Parts: sequence; C-alpha cells; structure tokens
Amino acid sequence: MTAAAAADATLPKGTARDPFSSAWRRRLPLLPALLYVVAITQLPFLVSIYYSFTNLKDKTQSLIPEPTRYVGIDNYKQIFSDPFFRQAMWTSVKMTVLAVVLSLLVGTMFAILLDRTFLGRGLIRTLLITPFLLMPVVAALIWKQQMFSSLFGVLNKALNFLGFNSVAFISDHPLASIVTVLVWQWTPFMMLIMLAGLQSQPADILEAANVDGASSFGIFRQLTLPHLRRYLELGALLGSIYIVQAFDAIDVMTGGGPGSTNVPYYVYQESIGGGFRYGSASAYAIVVVIFSIVIATFALRVLSSLFRDEDRA
Amino acid sequence: MTIRKRRGAKLGVGERRAVGAGLGMLAWLVGLLWIFPIGWTVFTSFKTEQDASAQTLHQGLGLGRYGDIAHSTPGTLSLQTAFMNSLVVVVVSTLIVLLLALPAAYALAIRPIHRWRDVLFFFISTKFLPVVASIFPIYVYAEKWNLIGTRTVLIILYIAINLPLAIWMTRSFFLEVPRELIEAAEIDGTSLLNQLRSVILPIAAPGIAATALLCVIFAWNEYFYALQLNFANASTMPQWVVSNVSTRGNFLAKLSAASTIACLPVVIAGWATQKRMIRGLSMGALK
Repeated sequence: MTAAAAADATLPKGTARDPFSSAWRRRLPLLPALLYVVAITQLPFLVSIYYSFTNLKDKTQSLIPEPTRYVGIDNYKQIFSDPFFRQAMWTSVKMTVLAVVLSLLVGTMFAILLDRTFLGRGLIRTLLITPFLLMPVVAALIWKQQMFSSLFGVLNKALNFLGFNSVAFISDHPLASIVTVLVWQWTPFMMLIMLAGLQSQPADILEAANVDGASSFGIFRQLTLPHLRRYLELGALLGSIYIVQAFDAIDVMTGGGPGSTNVPYYVYQESIGGGFRYGSASAYAIVVVIFSIVIATFALRVLSSLFRDEDRA
Repeated sequence: MTIRKRRGAKLGVGERRAVGAGLGMLAWLVGLLWIFPIGWTVFTSFKTEQDASAQTLHQGLGLGRYGDIAHSTPGTLSLQTAFMNSLVVVVVSTLIVLLLALPAAYALAIRPIHRWRDVLFFFISTKFLPVVASIFPIYVYAEKWNLIGTRTVLIILYIAINLPLAIWMTRSFFLEVPRELIEAAEIDGTSLLNQLRSVILPIAAPGIAATALLCVIFAWNEYFYALQLNFANASTMPQWVVSNVSTRGNFLAKLSAASTIACLPVVIAGWATQKRMIRGLSMGALK
C-alpha cells in the first residue's frame, strides 16, 4: 500500500516496535483521517507530476490515439514559450491582488461600522454575510444577468436614468466585472475576520487610553491598527488561497477570454475543458503548485503565529 | 482565554451621541445596499418573464415561476433529481467527515500524539494545493473505474475538501472541554468511545453542529468537481441553476426563482451558524 507507506512517513517513527504500545494507541484514532487525506490529495498530485513528463492525452477524445510516452522536460520548456499562459498568469495576479485588497478594505470598514452597538446590529451582520453563503455560480449569475446585463441590467438602467450611456460591462471590462463579484462575495468573509480582531482587543487598555485623554483616531492608529495587523495578514492570506483558484465566476460570466482567463481556467481549457492534453496541462498545474507553495509558506507562518498565541492564552 | 471579550464596543467613548446614531444609520444603509442584488433577485423571482426581462412591473407578482422550475423538459436535469443528488452527496459526505474528524481531533487535542502540530499543519497544507494539480489523475482514474457521473465520486472528493477544515475546527472546540472531566473519565477507565459519547460530545456539540453546517455549505455550493465529473444523471444543484439559463426566450424570472430555491437551504444554515463560522473559516485560528 503506497498510501499507508506515505502516511507512515509523515508520522514519527521511534517507538513503533510494539503495535499495541501506548504511542500507537494514541495515533490510532488519527489514522483513518490521515490515510484518507493522503490517498485523495497527495497521491493524485504525485501522479500529476508523473503525467507532466509524458505526452498523455485523452484516448477517447483524439481521432488517432497516440501512444503515451516519456517526453522529459518538453512540457516545462513549452510553458515559457506559451504567450497565453503568461497572459493567464498576469490575469491571475491582477485578479487575486485586486479582489483580496478591495475586499479586505471594504470588509475592514464594515467591521468598524459593526463594532459598536446600534439598533438592529445583529440583523445587519446577518444580512451582510449572505453574499458569502451564496453558491459562487449563483452570485456570478445574479451579477451577469441582473446587474451587468447591457440592455436591461439594473446598473445600465441606473446609468441611463442619470443621463449616461450604457456600458457593456462584461464584454468590455471582463476582469473588473469578475473582480466586482469576487469582492462582493469575499467582503463578508474579511468583515468577520476583522470583526473578530476588533473584538479581541483588551478592553482595559482601550479604556485606559480613553481616560488618559487619547482621541478616538489616536486610539485607532496607535492601538487598534497594530493589533489588527495580524488579522489583516490572516484575511489576506486565506482570501488569496481561495481567490487564486477562482473558477466558477469565470466559467459563468465570461467562459474565459483574453482579459479573464486565470491560470486554473487556462489549465482547465487545456485539459478536460476541451484540450484534453493531460501531459502538458499537468506541467502547467505543477507550476501553479510551486507558486501556491510560496503563498502557502507565508500563510502557514501567519497561522502558526496566531496559533502560538492561542496556546499561551 | 485571558483576553476579555469586548461586546458592543466602546471605541468611541468620547464621541457624541449624534455621531453614534449617524454611524448606525450608515451601517444600515451600507448593509442594505450590499445585499441589494440578492433582494432584487428574490423580487424578480415573483415577476412574470416579460416584466423580469424589461425590469418593469406591469403584470403583478406571483408564485408562478416557482411552479415553472419544478417542471422541466424530459431528458434534462430536473429540480427533483438535482435536489436529491445534492442532498445525498452533502449528507453522506458530511457524516463521513464527522466520523473521520472526531477521532482525529481527539488524537490532536485531548490526548495529543507526539508531533501533533506537524500533523495538524499537514492537514491544512492540503487546502493550499490547487485543485487543478490533482484533477487529471482523479478524472483519469474515475473514468477507468466507471465512477464518472456517479454520486460516489462526488462524495469521495467532498470528504477530502472538508476533512482538513473539520479537523481543525473540531480540534479547537475539543480544547474547550475541561481537562478535569476527561481525567475523571480516564480514571474511571471509560473507553475512548464512551469518553467521546458521554463526556466530550455533549460539551462540544454546538461546535460540532457548526462544523457540520460549514461542511454542508461548502459541499452544497461546490461546482468545479460536479461539473467535471458529472455529465448528466448525478448533477447537483449548482449545475441545475446554470441549466436554467436559456439562449432562447426570456428566462430571468425563472432563473431568479431557481437561484432563490438553490441558495435558501445553505443561507439559512449559514445564518444559524454565523457566531461560530469565523472559527471554521479561519481554520480555527480565531474565535
């Protein structure tokens, strides 16, 4: 069993002589979950690495099936001469950075607004998280068909009413349209994280600052903002992990295109979405993984720093 | 937690009442504006198709579109089929996630194994792996084993999506079970299963319920795998909603009704669990 072997490798060896020793009794409840995750997420990834060195194509999709053979690093060389892939990379970066920064900004503003008592605070908070709960495909459809639609969309109705000409939002500004939907859905997520940050401030320090005559703005800049820093980092990193993989909104709103195809969508088009070239598409996917690992390293560092604080508390 | 919770902040102790009321009103305004697209969609779902596509209201409101979406042309994916598929996939995958996550969380929180921190971070690192990195082998093997178009393949994948999250989340709830209770049960010689059932679960129940609901939300909304690995008979709700987009004739009111129906269950689930949701979304890092 390769799965079992791989799982064993992640576990500490050492006291494993007697299978009924106390250490193994402790590990036993963990094993089913660990084996499952290794089998479903790690093994396919290893197979992907293998595919990326072959010319594997879908046999049912090609007229003249080609035998699968080892092609060395040809697939990887091809990446650097593929202008579409470079474009998709650039789109991915723009999409992720714009969506994360904007949703974090708006989410922080919402959190500050909600971090005070007022009538109906719970209700507004409940309503505000709703966009995040919607199916991503539904969110994209709502914006495409109701808001952005060029003839009868609500936004164009409003523009016409104010005396402006209609705008073909999705066809002329595909990236901005998709980012709008992503920001709309992810702002509530950021708001919840920032709200947790605001509410975890020690009340006594804030009161002391207030008694000492510090201004509201001064308290915010000197105490709240430094305290929020790690929450901002956490929001940005968790948001990036999900948003960099955005697929649903692109599929529903534009179905790809020069301005809106990000890397996951490009890899999809090259493979099961029509190209069926699993070998070369795997090489693209591996490059994506390398970039993700860079982001993930930072993300895990932030997570574990929050984590150590929790242990200390 | 030594840090005291600060409910209903006093950030602006010095600020005047009028400013406070103004900011409250601003929050209302911003909140209502933000969910306007949703409100408008629900409103449109009660219109006739003519009114919906022209964004007018001449023919009144009614429940007619909700009747329309329940009847589909034969041969296409019906609401009933999609709903049953979603229900089975979501419920079965969430139950298995809990079955795997609860013992694992026990081994990571209550009687932690050696190097539990590494194992915990291994679980979460799988969430950072892009889906495209593993979809081809999954697709190729699903094809080989005749799993394309079955509920089984979606159940298998949704367990993998939700398991790391569920382990992190239940672990953080298990940490809140008082040590003395567990030690007392251990001294009495209670078995692991009985410890879980009689001591830990009653205390961690609300947290486990929140974990389950979050798994339900993610599985219910999942579109990529459902699209790739299901062509017809096992399609789930997201694909059914998309199938209501038509290239011929007006469909906006029908699509709005379909969107409302498809999202309602998880929106309610999300509202119910919102107080604990932040912990799941932040992988247990925030309370």
